[in-house]
Amino acid sequence: MALTEKDVRYVADLAHLKLTEDEVARFLPQLDSILTYMQKLNQLDTKNVEPMAQVTYPAAENPALRLDAPQPAFSQKEALSNAPEPAAEYFKVPLVIEKE
Amino acid sequence: MLVELTQLTITGIRDSLTRKQTSAEELVQAHLAQIEMRDAEVHAYLWHSPERALAQARRIDQMIAAGEELPPLAGVPTAVKDVILTKGSPTTCASRILENYTAPYDATAVKRLEAAGACILGKTNCDEFAMGSSTENSGFGPTHNPLDLTRVPGGSSGGSGAAVAANMATVALGSDTGGSIRQPASFCNVVGMMGTYGRVSRYGLVAFASSLDHIGPFGRSVRDVALVLQTIAGRDPMDSTSADVPVADYAAALDRDVSGLTVGVPKEYFTGLNPEIGDNIQKGIDLFAKLGCKIESITLPHTDYAIGCYYIICTAEASSNLARYDGVRYGFRSPEYDGLRDMYRQTRDHGFGAEVKRRIMLGTYVLSSGYYDAYYLKAQKVRTLVARDFVEAFDEVDVIVVPTSPIPPFKLGEKLDDPLQMYLADIYTVTASLAGIPGISVPCGKMKSDPRLPVGMQIFAKHFDETVLLQAAHAFEKSGGFDMG
Repeated sequence: MALTEKDVRYVADLAHLKLTEDEVARFLPQLDSILTYMQKLNQLDTKNVEPMAQVTYPAAENPALRLDAPQPAFSQKEALSNAPEPAAEYFKVPLVIEKE
Repeated sequence: MLVELTQLTITGIRDSLTRKQTSAEELVQAHLAQIEMRDAEVHAYLWHSPERALAQARRIDQMIAAGEELPPLAGVPTAVKDVILTKGSPTTCASRILENYTAPYDATAVKRLEAAGACILGKTNCDEFAMGSSTENSGFGPTHNPLDLTRVPGGSSGGSGAAVAANMATVALGSDTGGSIRQPASFCNVVGMMGTYGRVSRYGLVAFASSLDHIGPFGRSVRDVALVLQTIAGRDPMDSTSADVPVADYAAALDRDVSGLTVGVPKEYFTGLNPEIGDNIQKGIDLFAKLGCKIESITLPHTDYAIGCYYIICTAEASSNLARYDGVRYGFRSPEYDGLRDMYRQTRDHGFGAEVKRRIMLGTYVLSSGYYDAYYLKAQKVRTLVARDFVEAFDEVDVIVVPTSPIPPFKLGEKLDDPLQMYLADIYTVTASLAGIPGISVPCGKMKSDPRLPVGMQIFAKHFDETVLLQAAHAFEKSGGFDMG
């Protein structure tokens, strides 16, 4: 495995992380050794193995489905109560669409 | 007198309250005093909620005065890991990004505990977003192991383990994704349990890795853990992954005879561990033999691949779950930025600690175009193999007995610079998480070379067989297994 600084910056960008030079230097060997270790899984032949996305168990039919009926939920005020920049009725964000 | 109150079990508390030897308010006050005395050095708690605990205690005392029948956890002083929502108080996940977050509702587990009479004392420290095995990744400083303050309490639910070990709570809630209840229980010499995946509602648990996350109890006895588990377990319409499977009266079944049970011992769990830990676990297995259990050597052949598999899946899910921390709807927002994208990046960069960033990076990498099949899909297939090992083993045996950790509690700072070494120490706990089976860690004597340091033993059972798991653990406790030397 030879992860590069460019890879680290690319992944940071995908993850919306702004890493400092120091962090890039520190993470590079750490991520490289972990990803190299993970390649151990390639020792196993999994050609005929189904992937497992979640734990399943026998249960009553469609337990995940509830009646599609309106339920009481948070008020707008409660939903906004933790906002870093709340406005009267919405979450404030910086300008999203730039003018020409 | 006050010290004695902090040492009681749930049964002891009930007895004391019904005989009017103490009041629920005195119980809560005794625990607040214990916190005052011990927590400056242990740092198990991040936030206290004395008003909430005392208000509940007064309700219980009124019920006693009125001669009403008490709910099962009446007056029980309880700590809650700070990744679980408690309405009106901070829930930070030990992260700076949620430093000013106030939970707008109660987690179902918290609601059920309070409905059963428990008094919530406060929120406990943990690794940031439950990512870690030592509680050193907390954004608010580490927790120290109450048995040896120079050592870690384990993690990620280290605060909950330490609070129960140091009598700063009778029981506690933690969360377990890859061992985050069982390993700190082992390091703090208490009992900690993860039920079957879906056994306990996660409504109000801040998500880390959704296919692996559990809420579960800590206690100083198996009975206390059983009583808390049966209170919080069961279907919850607010969590579509909670199982619609009846909850047994675990506590009532504890004293059933375990002779005739088949105990599986997988050889893969006894290589590469500290030999003193291996010796203690062997003595524990011998004790089961003395109790009339049949001991059978088994194999779980994919154990060695579990760490790689687990860290691909949990980081992938974490990178997705933690995308929500963007500085828009709640939590920290960087005061300085240049446009929307930069606001996300500055916010996340200043809000998250190193381990959380590392895991988001790993998860993003293994899910990214070109690497998805080689890492994430591969890990999902290996997960099938790990789970299948257990299904086949449970055709032959009733429970499986293994160590909880290959190493004893380590010194603070010892493993911080080598994340891979920290991950590898989770080898004995991540397997049950991947398979979704229940697991408990119980004390199993102390290290011969340093009698302050505890050894933990795990017991696994098949899906939804918490009853037999708790019976085996209880029989082990009753026959002196916790204190074996």
